[in-house]
Amino acid sequence: MTKVSMKVNGKAVSRDVPDNTLLVEFLREQLRLTGTHVGCDTSQCGACTVHVNGRAIKSCTQLAVSLEGAEVTTIEGIANDGELHPMQVAFNDHHGLQCGFCTPGMIMAGIDMVNRYQAQGKDLTEEAIRFELEGNLCRCTGYHNIVKAIDDAAGKMTGMARAAE
Amino acid sequence: MYQTKYHRPASIDDAVAALAAAEDGKFLSGGQTLLATMKQRLAAPTDLVDLRGIPGMSGITVDADGVTIGAATIHADVAASPEVAAAIPALAALASHIGDPAVRHMGTIGGSLANNDPAADYPAAVLGLNGTVITNQREIPAEEYFVGLFTTALEEGEIIKAVRFPRPKRAAYQKFAQPASRFALVGVLVAETDDGVRVAITGAGSDGVFRAGAFEAALNGDFSAGALDSASVDADDLMNDIHATPEYRAHLARVLAQRAVKAAG
Repeated sequence: MTKVSMKVNGKAVSRDVPDNTLLVEFLREQLRLTGTHVGCDTSQCGACTVHVNGRAIKSCTQLAVSLEGAEVTTIEGIANDGELHPMQVAFNDHHGLQCGFCTPGMIMAGIDMVNRYQAQGKDLTEEAIRFELEGNLCRCTGYHNIVKAIDDAAGKMTGMARAAE
Repeated sequence: MYQTKYHRPASIDDAVAALAAAEDGKFLSGGQTLLATMKQRLAAPTDLVDLRGIPGMSGITVDADGVTIGAATIHADVAASPEVAAAIPALAALASHIGDPAVRHMGTIGGSLANNDPAADYPAAVLGLNGTVITNQREIPAEEYFVGLFTTALEEGEIIKAVRFPRPKRAAYQKFAQPASRFALVGVLVAETDDGVRVAITGAGSDGVFRAGAFEAALNGDFSAGALDSASVDADDLMNDIHATPEYRAHLARVLAQRAVKAAG
């Protein structure tokens, strides 16, 4: 057992866990944040995507104890005071989900790609969205509306950044 | 995953000592292969010695001679580096197509090279660009580093600190990705260097990454896609699996080499 402390969705948390505890197990079983899903458990499907220090990673393929001091954001941490994140709104507006199992990972991957492309001043085209979704699988095959949702949210997230300036 | 003990040493010396003290330890970096393998119980190290907490292990420096990348530098940072893109665009482009975005946020160049998966992308970059693997003990030229499938010249307790790539005159990498894994079904790096043309092929060889002598000879005479029309790699030396026959891999190798020559400009 090792004691690990990190900040999850802005809140400091600390737990004693076995060294082989995966981040996704830490989130779901220790913190009861069950919005992050385990799909394939082989780091291919992306249902477990969360942000660690501002970057999307697969939480099924990282040890919790290796993330001492990290800042982790999960699907539960992106709404602001009950107001959905623009990416969540866009998935709703465009029906970017069918069974919904992959959705938390899709939304976290979507926010990550928009943030990266905007920071680098690159155009997030439809082709780029599809390339960036390489690591997120939707077995309902509802990709078309997912791509539309991310495209829509990208425009609104630009607006957010401008408003904040 | 079986139980394991996690270590996060703050120096190379501490890392070497932690591994030496372990019954069956392994060095850990981004973990995008090792942790997945442990979850499948194909590996069960008693101890994991995480190298990412050691100061100076990550970062990119570019000078007149070339590009040096710290072993714990993640693929996404190599892909997004304007300095790498300016010095060796083929290297940044190669890094931008490893795995998927989330994997590129964790996977490291040192981890990839230490693992030496026969379908990984970075081995083609190191061999094709005539890179040097810098460890805590020595500097290993690319020619001596890659020994076989998942096998390298690294000794027990030897740690990759950085990789140095000299600037080529021009270079490009082309990959035909296995659609499910995004590993290279075949990947070809073509580079024109001060010492002639080098062509490194990954994803295809029975012994891992290799240089295609026939392609190099043809391109040394005439650096054009057409020069490869009658050149070939021997299918007898290539892998055979459910994804592709050796003959198909040999075909892809020539087509991708031709595309790389065109892309190199």
